[in-house]
Amino acid sequence: MEKQKYRVRFLLLSVASILIFFGSFALGRYRISVSETVGILSDALIRLVSGNSLTLPESMRGWSIEAQTIVLNVRLPRIACAALVGAALSVAGASFQGMFRNPMVSPDLLGASTGAGFGASLAIFIGASYYTITFFAFLSGLAAVMLTYMISRLSRIKTTLALVLSGIVVGSLFQSGTSFIKLVADQNNQLPAITYWLMGSLSSVKNRDFLLAFGPILVGLVPIILLRWRINLLTVSESEARSMGIDTSKLRFAVIVCATLITSASVAISGMIGWIGLVIPHICRLLYGQDYRRLIPASAISGAAFLMLTDNLARTVATSEIPLGILTSLIGAPVFIALIVKGGSGNEA
Amino acid sequence: MKLEVKDLSFSYGLRSARPQSFGDQKVLNGVSFSAGDGEIIFFLGPNGVGKSTLFKCMLGFLKPQGGEVLINGKNALSYRRQDLSKILAYIPQSYSPVFNHTVLDSVLMGVTSQLGVFEMPGKEHVEKALEVMKELGIEHLSDRGSMKISGGERQLMLLARAMVQDASLFVMDEMAANLDFGNSFRVMQRVLQLRDKGYTMLISTHNPDHAFRYASRVIAMKDGELLADGKPEDVLTEEVMESLYSIDVAVNTVNVGKSQYKVCTPVF
Repeated sequence: MEKQKYRVRFLLLSVASILIFFGSFALGRYRISVSETVGILSDALIRLVSGNSLTLPESMRGWSIEAQTIVLNVRLPRIACAALVGAALSVAGASFQGMFRNPMVSPDLLGASTGAGFGASLAIFIGASYYTITFFAFLSGLAAVMLTYMISRLSRIKTTLALVLSGIVVGSLFQSGTSFIKLVADQNNQLPAITYWLMGSLSSVKNRDFLLAFGPILVGLVPIILLRWRINLLTVSESEARSMGIDTSKLRFAVIVCATLITSASVAISGMIGWIGLVIPHICRLLYGQDYRRLIPASAISGAAFLMLTDNLARTVATSEIPLGILTSLIGAPVFIALIVKGGSGNEA
Repeated sequence: MKLEVKDLSFSYGLRSARPQSFGDQKVLNGVSFSAGDGEIIFFLGPNGVGKSTLFKCMLGFLKPQGGEVLINGKNALSYRRQDLSKILAYIPQSYSPVFNHTVLDSVLMGVTSQLGVFEMPGKEHVEKALEVMKELGIEHLSDRGSMKISGGERQLMLLARAMVQDASLFVMDEMAANLDFGNSFRVMQRVLQLRDKGYTMLISTHNPDHAFRYASRVIAMKDGELLADGKPEDVLTEEVMESLYSIDVAVNTVNVGKSQYKVCTPVF
């Protein structure tokens, strides 16, 4: 009966996510109905699959060119990126939490986000193009985590504690680098651009961004999904896991690499969006239990739905865009406080 | 299953994270013994005498400086982790999960070494786990959270996990140390039941009365060496106990009906 309960919840979650995806197209200053959205999207899909030789029949094409442009070039990349980044950060968070045996760990623990933030700031400072910024952010995020990893290997205490402490040090190093760039940046256009980027936003993403991030995120996501049963064994003590036949250092390394790849690629297109990797897995633990076989897919879908919803708020609540990072903090902080006060995570079964 | 420990020596190097006081002093010095099917061997000795280190060498976590551990004739260090886990299971003193996995999922973790890297436990593994849990009388806990059960139930859960792992030799580090009087009795009853099925258990303990009641053999350790090895009543004498713990000890026989029990008590 437990299984039945989870199955129903998965079904509801999936249906809700699909509704949120299509519903999100209807939001915005330019009114586009859900049926128009479905038409435009399926038309685009048919053209993409058939290599532009087929389209929807004329009788079904009742939308304007403006609507088509807005749906395909403005709203689609934004909604798709929100779903992708939300899913990615949630899965990375859940993986890191299992690996560090701590429900309060977030995906940027090892410095991926601050590293990416520094890379992006640097790129904006040297006046790089939009895609170079993304690329810089990605590389710098990876570099930060590699640095963290190497420092922890040098440490005499070869435990996860060494990794966490190195992560804090490397994070603050990159943080001060970012601060320095902000200090010397041109105050009229560079500084606002950096500040805005660091707050996290999807307002300027294009279809190419989605494709850019999709590859690395997929490369990181697939192994985690395949290895998700084994992540359970990282949550018990090191010696127990090893006695059960797991090569913990290899598994841990694989999870770190994948989760970092995911995080860096996400931050590269969306900027710094905090809290999702902490909040979504936590809620999923409450609803779907602690087993990573369910937790990973549940986190992915919930994270996608959550960020699509949050981004809808970000672009519709006020007349000007609200950076996503601000909204996710508003939601995330209370959840984190509840976590500290209760001192656990979804442990009431 | 045959376990042979031959002339095992181990010391924590100066460069390790251990307290400096250990220095290069040998934690294990020429330890030899062997164990076969259906034995329950209790290890007794003061704190820091090397019981845990000995267990870690057997499990292949530590590399001894001298001697070797042979499991079915093959050095423990030359096994692949995956293969060793099908012979040897480890049951820690206390299970402190961070996440509240269900009891069934916790037991299922034991089957992982029988799965491919990307494989999930299937129906047959769940059935196997439930069967083992039934044998240990904990099948009603399967959907409960592993954090929300009693210490005794948790130890039984770990026994079940070791059993689905297909191991036949269980290494238990002070498995009853954190249990209350009743729970430690209930867990030990299950241990006896497993011995009768041919499982071998190596258990470290600080409780000589447990050794009297449940051991088929007792090994007393002092200063990294074996002080005595044999039947409980031969090893757990007043002299050995006094030598181990440096306190005056009386070993007496208690008569309950027709049964006789040996007990050990400090004298002051």
